[in-house]
Amino acid sequence: MTRAEFISLSRRDLRSGLRHLRESAASTVIYLWRAAAFAAAVLTGRKVPPLIFKLAARNLFHDRLRFVATITGIVFSMVLVTVQMGLFVSFRTMVTTMIDHAPADLWIMPLGTKCFEDPALLDERERFRALSVPGVAEAAPVLVSFAQWHIPSGGTTPVLLIGSDRNEVGLQPWNIVAGDLNDLLIPDAVAVDRSYFERLGTTGLGDTVEIRDLRAKIRLVTQGIRSFTTTPYVFTPLYRARTYAGISPNKATYLLVRLQAGATAESVRTQLNETLVKAEALTPDAFRRRSRSFWLFGTGAGAALFAGALLGMIVGVVIVAQTLYASTKEFSNEFVTLRAIGSSGRYIYTVIIIQALLSAAVGFGIAAAIGIVIVKVTTDSALPVLIPAGQMAGLFLLTVAMCVFSAIAAIVHIMRTDPAVVFTR
Amino acid sequence: MSDPVVEANDIVKFLGHGAARVQALRGVSLSLGGGELVMLMGPSGSGKTTLLSVLGCMLSPSMGAVRVCGRSTAGLAPEQLTQLRRDHIGFVFQSYHLFPTLTAIDNVRLALDVRGDYSRCVIDRAKEALATVGLSHKTRSYPLELSSGEQQRVAIARAIIGDAAAILADEPTAALDSENGHAVMSILAGIARQGTRGVLVVTHDPRILPFADRIIHIEDGRIVRKGSNGGASASP
Repeated sequence: MTRAEFISLSRRDLRSGLRHLRESAASTVIYLWRAAAFAAAVLTGRKVPPLIFKLAARNLFHDRLRFVATITGIVFSMVLVTVQMGLFVSFRTMVTTMIDHAPADLWIMPLGTKCFEDPALLDERERFRALSVPGVAEAAPVLVSFAQWHIPSGGTTPVLLIGSDRNEVGLQPWNIVAGDLNDLLIPDAVAVDRSYFERLGTTGLGDTVEIRDLRAKIRLVTQGIRSFTTTPYVFTPLYRARTYAGISPNKATYLLVRLQAGATAESVRTQLNETLVKAEALTPDAFRRRSRSFWLFGTGAGAALFAGALLGMIVGVVIVAQTLYASTKEFSNEFVTLRAIGSSGRYIYTVIIIQALLSAAVGFGIAAAIGIVIVKVTTDSALPVLIPAGQMAGLFLLTVAMCVFSAIAAIVHIMRTDPAVVFTR
Repeated sequence: MSDPVVEANDIVKFLGHGAARVQALRGVSLSLGGGELVMLMGPSGSGKTTLLSVLGCMLSPSMGAVRVCGRSTAGLAPEQLTQLRRDHIGFVFQSYHLFPTLTAIDNVRLALDVRGDYSRCVIDRAKEALATVGLSHKTRSYPLELSSGEQQRVAIARAIIGDAAAILADEPTAALDSENGHAVMSILAGIARQGTRGVLVVTHDPRILPFADRIIHIEDGRIVRKGSNGGASASP
């Protein structure tokens, strides 16, 4: 195929696609208009409501025990999916929380860094190389390192030190509930999150503790800065973090780059990657993707959450399909009679699908209420379940799709039954 | 008798496949005119129900032609046959086949609902149909609250509400006692007497023969005897 032929074919396909899109949109508008006109006619008493809804609802609610079993199946399935998806969203958010809160245009890190918590080190010479690249206004070093926190009552626990100086691209704590950022300039000052007090053996602001046998004093308290690895984050200025971690003063884990006005991130990143020796530069988005990819797929944690959600969906589809099928079989005489007296296939599909949609609406309503309770209960836990509004809407559509998909077996059963059997039953 | 509302010419119907294949109808011809009540009689397995299914557009004949209100069923797709059935034929079944979750009036209305008729007058039409079968006082009753005879009368109301040209009834009195059977047949005969509808009743019940205008006997898939009945759909 020549290039001209390819372009001509592509244009034709595009025109055809647009035509179909226009037709679909027009059909949808006409359908909605007719539905609205019909609803108006019913409300004003010019038309009577179709029996199709009554038939579907009565079929569904006729056997209350079976209805309860259906709803239990949907609720169980959707709660499982909701929690798994909520954990997934939470996990996805938490693995990039530091990247999200750093005001950097570019991140410079040791080659091969997989995620933010990867404690490899850069030499300060890389910083000077970075600063020599046109477009780089600043390259602020940040240290990320594990250290031993001495619990006042005895024993130790690992913490993740975040050492950064306060400047335009520094990584500073947020969601401060006690103390002030300036307090971190006081000698020995550190910041910890309130949710880790028990783990760290402290009671809060003003407590004096030890990190690697060196004195530290809690001068700042945050809320909600949690690590999904459950290792507490401890913020402190860069020089002190190096001391606590026992790392030489010319080392850092990251360089947070601020660009000069007018410089583009992509071109500076390219130049940085050509200049740096044992480091690489990534945009925040690229670093987020890399971190998520490592934690979600490299460690198998994401796969486990996906598997749980998938399992929930399969359980839901099987339960709903089985119940709808049984319910349809119970009413098969009635459905066959409908066919015998001349109802179209569409009428019968609609009855069964309305049954499925009613099940979906009731099941989702209960599952959503349970989901909201779970969100509230886990708010302060190490891995809170997050259900954003968009996800909730998506889960509703998933429930509807699951229930409609489950109705297929029942529809096939009825449509395959010969209407003439009505004479022999 | 007016023009035939249902007409069958030389109908052959095979049922089953392979070794189980049987010839249920062997060249059956009959016609049902508007204004007459015809009874189809024959022993079990003679092909009565198969013939009713073919005349009612539920089964397509293997050979031969069926015409409903002058329209041939040959070559029609299942949905077109369904539409023909919906528009021109009303059914009355031995087991009534009412919807247990719907009231009598909704069961009757259902025949119009499947046609997409949601006009305000459907309620009045359903009430009228129930009045025709003597059940104006039972419109809000559910099938389980009705006697067998009343259930069959609701089924008749469902069959006539759509102004079907032909009413096909399969053993409508088989599950009823003598009194209710008589009442049901009186209603069917009354429908035939109105002159526009033809009523075909498949029966084993000799008690209802006096209601027939014509009686057709079928055996082994063939019509073996047919002739007029002196009763001419009057009350016996």
